Amino acid sequence: MGRIGKIARRTFLVGSAAVVGGVAFGYYAYKRPVSNPLLNDLAEGEAALTPYVKIDSTGITLITPRADSGQGAYHVQAALIAEELDVELDQVSVDPGMPDPAYYNTALSAEAAPFRSTDDGFAADTTRGIMDAMMKFMGMQITGGSTTVPDSFEKLRLAGAVARETLKAAAAQQTGANVADLKTEKGAVILPGGGTLAYTELAATAATMDPVNDVVLRDPSTWRLVGKEMERVDILAKSTGTQRYGIDFEVEGMVHASVRTSPRRGMMNGFDAEAARVMRGVIDVVQVTDGVAAVADNTWRAIQAVNAIDVDWGPAPYPAEQDAHWQALSDSFNADQQDSRFRDDGDVDAVLEGAEVIEAEYRAPYLAHAPLEPISAVVQVTETRADVWTGTQIPRFVQTNVAKLTGLNADQVFVHVLMMGGSFGHRLEDRVVREATEIAMQMKGTPVKLTYSREEDTIQNDTRQIAMARGRGVVKDGKVEAYDLGIAMPSVVASQMGRQGLPVPGPDLQIVAGAWEQPMQIPNYRVTGYRAPELAPVSSWRSVGASTNGFFHDVFLDELIHAAGADPMEERMRLCWHDPSRKTLEAVAEMSNWGSDLGPNKGRGVAFCMSFGVPTAEVVEVTDVDGAIKIDKVWVAAEVGRVIDPINFENMVQGGIVWALGHAMNSEITYSDGMAEQRNYYDFEGMRLSQAPEIFVRGLENGDTVRGMGEPMVPPAAAALSNAIFAATGRRVREMPMNKHIDFV
Amino acid sequence: MKLTVNGTEHEVDVEDDMPLLWVLRDELNIKGVKYGCGVAQCGACTVHIDGEAVRSCQTAAADVWGDVTTIEGLGTPDAMHAVQQAWVEHQVAQCGYCQSGQMMQAASLLAINPAPTDADIDDAMNGNLCRCGTYPRIRAAVKTAATKLQEA
Ligand code: FES
Ligand code: FES
Repeated sequence: MGRIGKIARRTFLVGSAAVVGGVAFGYYAYKRPVSNPLLNDLAEGEAALTPYVKIDSTGITLITPRADSGQGAYHVQAALIAEELDVELDQVSVDPGMPDPAYYNTALSAEAAPFRSTDDGFAADTTRGIMDAMMKFMGMQITGGSTTVPDSFEKLRLAGAVARETLKAAAAQQTGANVADLKTEKGAVILPGGGTLAYTELAATAATMDPVNDVVLRDPSTWRLVGKEMERVDILAKSTGTQRYGIDFEVEGMVHASVRTSPRRGMMNGFDAEAARVMRGVIDVVQVTDGVAAVADNTWRAIQAVNAIDVDWGPAPYPAEQDAHWQALSDSFNADQQDSRFRDDGDVDAVLEGAEVIEAEYRAPYLAHAPLEPISAVVQVTETRADVWTGTQIPRFVQTNVAKLTGLNADQVFVHVLMMGGSFGHRLEDRVVREATEIAMQMKGTPVKLTYSREEDTIQNDTRQIAMARGRGVVKDGKVEAYDLGIAMPSVVASQMGRQGLPVPGPDLQIVAGAWEQPMQIPNYRVTGYRAPELAPVSSWRSVGASTNGFFHDVFLDELIHAAGADPMEERMRLCWHDPSRKTLEAVAEMSNWGSDLGPNKGRGVAFCMSFGVPTAEVVEVTDVDGAIKIDKVWVAAEVGRVIDPINFENMVQGGIVWALGHAMNSEITYSDGMAEQRNYYDFEGMRLSQAPEIFVRGLENGDTVRGMGEPMVPPAAAALSNAIFAATGRRVREMPMNKHIDFV
Repeated sequence: MKLTVNGTEHEVDVEDDMPLLWVLRDELNIKGVKYGCGVAQCGACTVHIDGEAVRSCQTAAADVWGDVTTIEGLGTPDAMHAVQQAWVEHQVAQCGYCQSGQMMQAASLLAINPAPTDADIDDAMNGNLCRCGTYPRIRAAVKTAATKLQEA
């Protein structure tokens, strides 16, 4: 396992798929080898061994193309390379590199193909392979869909191994020693006599040689870093206020801008900037698409000035009032708007007919991403090049869009990815860069930093989808006999890709993600997706479709299990046919001491959801404190194949639970007069420290595929909370935010 | 006007009502202090004035009544404050953007109350939002820092 041959074989598998229909042509075109981006940029004496490692006489740089929005992605990527390269993490610098097609993201496309993650048949692999080729073609360097770890797991170690072996070959050439007698440690080749040659001293020789590609990846039992407790590479900087983020970036001669575009996400009819122009520090007021920007000599002055502009905004291109959005969803449950029915087991209609049918309707609201760092970008445009400095998850799209706006070629646009103060999907959009570019084009040569105010960031947020579900079910003999769930939402993928000018044909898998592919064996089992019309702009929000569907699917299952009089944990285990998934339920039952007596006014709820290929089971324990719910404890068990960095894994999962429960409790974006009604954290709060439960996390390693854990903890959390509230109070909460129906401590 | 920040006196020429946050970030290029909300809802901008934790986004430049300390003045990577050491030990940060403010808030809590109870920690830290949800680690790190300071 783990030989380079495996990668080659996978490519070959894609080649074999070339006979399948129209994809064959595509494949032929996509198959061209991807160029090595570092070769363009290398100075004399530098050797680029693979796209992920750069060594010169001054040091070793690990290139970590998946962006870091706080989840420790740089660290994980660096650790994977370092494991095989034999360097210590404090010996290297870590650099996200420049956007380039060589960094296409294979794991993301695997989730885009319509096969269950539990489905390992030939057809599934083949189609995933085709999507791989597709992704390579599009050169998507995207960080999202919890793909950093699965995408990097083999590639980065291989990169480290190839680099190491090539450096050994270079040492052999320089010293005349036999490669077999050479060892490597701490960034150096150890010579037979005990002397050492630092990698940095070998870079020049290595540059003249073909990379040694015949490498065998090390056995996991010998790993020094991966799977062990490590100190994250960025932890010191982030504990001393010395970490720099996009919003902190400055270049010589830079001016500051702030922008207001239509709060109704439509057109601007006109504006009067007279008052703004005379304010202290204001340099200019310029127009951008659907809005206006003030440019000043400091951020605060720019924000003050842009807020002083009197603007006449046009109407919204979607319903002005929230009720109409819900109505549009409610009206979407019909045959014409049916988008998919990938799950249809047994004969649901026949069982429902004449039976005592249990029915329920569920709702989940629009939500903002609201990472703590407001979005920003620095852009400088000249006649011959454009530079962009920003925290983004989509550097390649940014490059393309800036090229389009400026009329420059893509290779004249340089995107420098900076550290992000959170994202949760927010930085999969790039409007801030487009607007900064529009401003910078009107002041050629001057670097312009555009910073959104928190209010603008909230109003302009491309939110999480609004969604609604309707369940109908039948129970018999203490068991769930029929389960029929319809889900209606606008297409996130269409909305998001539409802003990039990319049409997306076919059904949108996200409409049913987190529901249709659950490894449950219910005799009569159906999940139908309905495509609501495009409403307010929506985008990927941590766990995307599953963020709403995990709630719908599992709460409805819980209702049926209760109606059947079965134990929520045991019945889920009985229904679950997928062994690694059932083990997560078993783990969480054991961790939470499921079944033990809790005493009065307390309740436990369990929920399960597989998303992004990660089966995740959670138990929430609550207390009813005089009519208000206090969340006491949460247990999480997830099957991830392998935990790369145990401390960060726990921290990220705990954070994801806080994220999911906080929004489930108290957050929503609503529209009135065509505008988001929320402006800042006072009306979009999330969870505070005093509300945070104790959270216990276990990563299971029974599967054979490494999976990312940035999102899968989110979908079951709200369901487990609703189920726990039911257990404690007998009240069933079917709508988020739940504080519309019940108080929280 | 004159401002003393991390022991250094600065002369700044700004509007009276410019928030201290922006004087620090844009005029004095002290970037450890962060902008999150601008309206006292998140705590990312927390600094000390004469040792007391304040929201710099809500403190007008003209109203600064004493010496200002930012995260850079609390301790440095080579000479960390006990709170910063505890933050490293527990690896609290995810994105880290809120953490300057969290640490400044925690340091002022521990200066006033060296042995805070869980309820004291909840009270003192509740105004500091962490969108990444690092609260369990913040709680643990505050306790570790309290122990460190008591031993010192
Ligand atoms: S920026 Fe001051 S409290 Fe949020
Ligand atoms: S660590 Fe990201 S906001 Fe707290």
